[in-house]
Amino acid sequence: MPGRKNWDWETGEKLVTDINGVKGSYNWIEEPYASPDGEKIASIVNLDVDKFGVCVNGGLWENTFDKIWHLRYSPDSRLTAIVSEMEEWSIAVDGNAWDNKFSYVWNTMFSDGGLNIAAAFQQDGEYGIVVNDVPWENLFKNMNCMCLSPYGPYSSAAVQVADFGEGEIFKFQEGAYTIALNGIPWDTRFVNVWNCAFSSDGAIVAAEVRLDLYTYTIAVNGVPWNNTFACVWQPVIHPMSGKVIAPVRVSGKWSIAEDGDIIWDSRFLQVWQQLISPDGNKLAAIVSPTYGKWTLAVDGAWWNTQFGDMLTDAVFSPDSSRLAAVGKTDGKFTIIVDDSPWDSKFDMAWKPVFSPDSRNVAAKVEKDGKYFIVINGKQIHKNCDDAWEPVFSPDSQKILVKTIEDGKYYRRIISLSEIK
Amino acid sequence: MAEVIEKTEQRIVDEGLDKGADKLTGDQIARVIKAVLENETGARLKVYVDTCVHCGLCSDACHIYLSQNRNPKFSPAGKVKRTMGEILKKKGRVSPEFIRDAAEVAYTECNLCKRCVQYCPFGIDVAYILLIVRRICHKLGVTPLYIQDTAHSHSVTMNQMWIKEDEWIDTLQWQEEDAREEMPNLRIPLEKEGADVMYSVIAPEPKFQPNLIYYTAILMNTAGINWTMPATPGWDNSDMAMFTGDNEIMGRIKRAQFDAAARLKVKKIVMGECGHAFRSVYDVGNRWLGWKMPPIPIVHAIEFYYDLLKAGKIKIREKYKKSVTLHDPCNVVRGAGLHEKARYVINEICENFIEMHPNREHNYCCNAGGGVINCGPPFKNKRVKSNSVKAKQIRDTGAEILITPCHNCHSGMEDIISYYNVNMHTKFIIDILYEVMEKPGD
Repeated sequence: MPGRKNWDWETGEKLVTDINGVKGSYNWIEEPYASPDGEKIASIVNLDVDKFGVCVNGGLWENTFDKIWHLRYSPDSRLTAIVSEMEEWSIAVDGNAWDNKFSYVWNTMFSDGGLNIAAAFQQDGEYGIVVNDVPWENLFKNMNCMCLSPYGPYSSAAVQVADFGEGEIFKFQEGAYTIALNGIPWDTRFVNVWNCAFSSDGAIVAAEVRLDLYTYTIAVNGVPWNNTFACVWQPVIHPMSGKVIAPVRVSGKWSIAEDGDIIWDSRFLQVWQQLISPDGNKLAAIVSPTYGKWTLAVDGAWWNTQFGDMLTDAVFSPDSSRLAAVGKTDGKFTIIVDDSPWDSKFDMAWKPVFSPDSRNVAAKVEKDGKYFIVINGKQIHKNCDDAWEPVFSPDSQKILVKTIEDGKYYRRIISLSEIK
Repeated sequence: MAEVIEKTEQRIVDEGLDKGADKLTGDQIARVIKAVLENETGARLKVYVDTCVHCGLCSDACHIYLSQNRNPKFSPAGKVKRTMGEILKKKGRVSPEFIRDAAEVAYTECNLCKRCVQYCPFGIDVAYILLIVRRICHKLGVTPLYIQDTAHSHSVTMNQMWIKEDEWIDTLQWQEEDAREEMPNLRIPLEKEGADVMYSVIAPEPKFQPNLIYYTAILMNTAGINWTMPATPGWDNSDMAMFTGDNEIMGRIKRAQFDAAARLKVKKIVMGECGHAFRSVYDVGNRWLGWKMPPIPIVHAIEFYYDLLKAGKIKIREKYKKSVTLHDPCNVVRGAGLHEKARYVINEICENFIEMHPNREHNYCCNAGGGVINCGPPFKNKRVKSNSVKAKQIRDTGAEILITPCHNCHSGMEDIISYYNVNMHTKFIIDILYEVMEKPGD
């Protein structure tokens, strides 16, 4: 997270806001959001009919709006919301609406560091993306699968570029969709286009495409792979090589293809959510080796531990040596790290977080309606009414825990040495 | 008599079937059939085909057969004979015209309702066989126009009615605003991570029946449910791709729903009163993706209402006075055994419940399910004429209100009520529950 080294890692416990104390001031207070650094907590509040505000640490934004929804902190701790005034919509950042107003706005997106903020918009029945208050010049009849590049201000979406009327199924099958990159459509049209991936520099864009009703592949900068498949899922782009990697289905089984060629010998009943290790040397994916069983595979070799319900939220450690995910069996969640599940079971578990030195894994979990933080399988601090995903300090020695306890929002720094 | 009916039948024009078949060649047909049979079927199909002794016990199970003057061609075994039977007999060497007619049988003369399975001494699942026929027809591009257009909508928008992403969210906010007239602090919480329940609907609700979302919002807020609705694709649990035979799109839209629920970290997905959508998320679509059971529990509205009433989270102010009967939807009764819970709910909210006969898992299908109603206007007359047995069944109850906790059933039954002049009105459970429940401020 950007600026993490400048956060307060010294103050042990900070009562940031007594939420109970402001409850009587509003008709209602919506669910709270804590800033990444934990210093702020914010909620949408209702002040009157068609009058909404945002309450941050007990104080109101100066501006109020007719409607507000989708309150979210950017990774760099700016507070954004989708706001409406006089039936026009925009994005408000730290209380100030962008200059551009639209007929509708939704799907706020942030680049990895939070420098770029984007959203989908509809204006007079046409669709585009607005990035940092700059809307696309070209608009489209419809738009789905919006995407913002990891670092740059590049944005893309699957857009409709040809007309077809209701029931014109054969015209639809001629292809009416493509990817628009920063509002500029690819020349190639497809029957369908779905989720995109950007290379880190934004130079490569790859997307799932359907060439006819039965033929799927990946298109890279508008050019389909030479090989086609019975189905594909969202690609990723290797950060060093620029190669495009996607799950593909062949003869009823799934594997992984790179630039169109299958690179895993293994075949699975399902493969998705592939991820590349930070050093670029490993490729992992969530797989189903046998029907109804889920695990992780690294470079095609799958783990022994398997889950009956689902597996999700996989993440590599910063040094690329470790891998963790959330697994669920018989309705109970746990965290699995390097093929070893934690003993504890939870009613819900969030994406695990590695410390910068890759030695420790923490996760937000919920059990019996109470939230708490677990590190390496061991609960730290007490059960709380709410909690946010933990953040390790840059030196990996401390952890930031953000909780609500008895109507009060706390920011705590806990030293890992205290836990042990 | 059966011959007379056949002679007077008009050939139905459907561009999807007719134009699709016009493009076919014999070699293409044989190649696709071979690929589907060899790669996508196995012992199950072989056992079914080899086991059937043509005893005819399935015939009386079929509402279409009974309504079509017991014409054997409309019996379950007859429909298999006219489709898969010929395909196997001729080893896939069938004509484009045959494929066109087989598609009409598979898409519009069988609801995949599985009533006949219960009467087959060997448990042969005719619905499975006709789904394979549909898969072949999909692969050959011979599908009825209206349902194919719906499958296209699914593929682009992940919902069945071409609803754009902003239109969905705007509709929820509009319903929330309207409902605040009745319950001032009401919310339809969008994208609320960590809620207990993600509520999902089928696309006709925001498109044509937003009042159902309104009613549910009142219910959720009254019962104090910690709930949310996604502001992303994945909100629509319906699935016509499952019925066209486009399994890949079926999987994609089911994944969108479960991905939305997983992202929102909800504990369960509660769905509105829809039958086929339940089949898709609980049985077919999830399994195509590799999940033996839904990765996040799916709770049909019937079960949700049952739980709320049992727990006392919803109380009834005054029971509904008019006489009601219940149409048991195939996909949640034969498919999930929710019939007793439905009766509990109805008896809790209605004074005068009259059973129709047969009922529960033996109930006749509405003849709208299985994608049949989604084949659209060209097949409407055929569809309603093919369910006179249903008209008689509901008329015999003498009830004023027909409760149909399934969207396709609901629409199909309205057509039947209208065509056969049955003096009855259809309602969802939520229509009545909303009317009779205690609300804050009552």
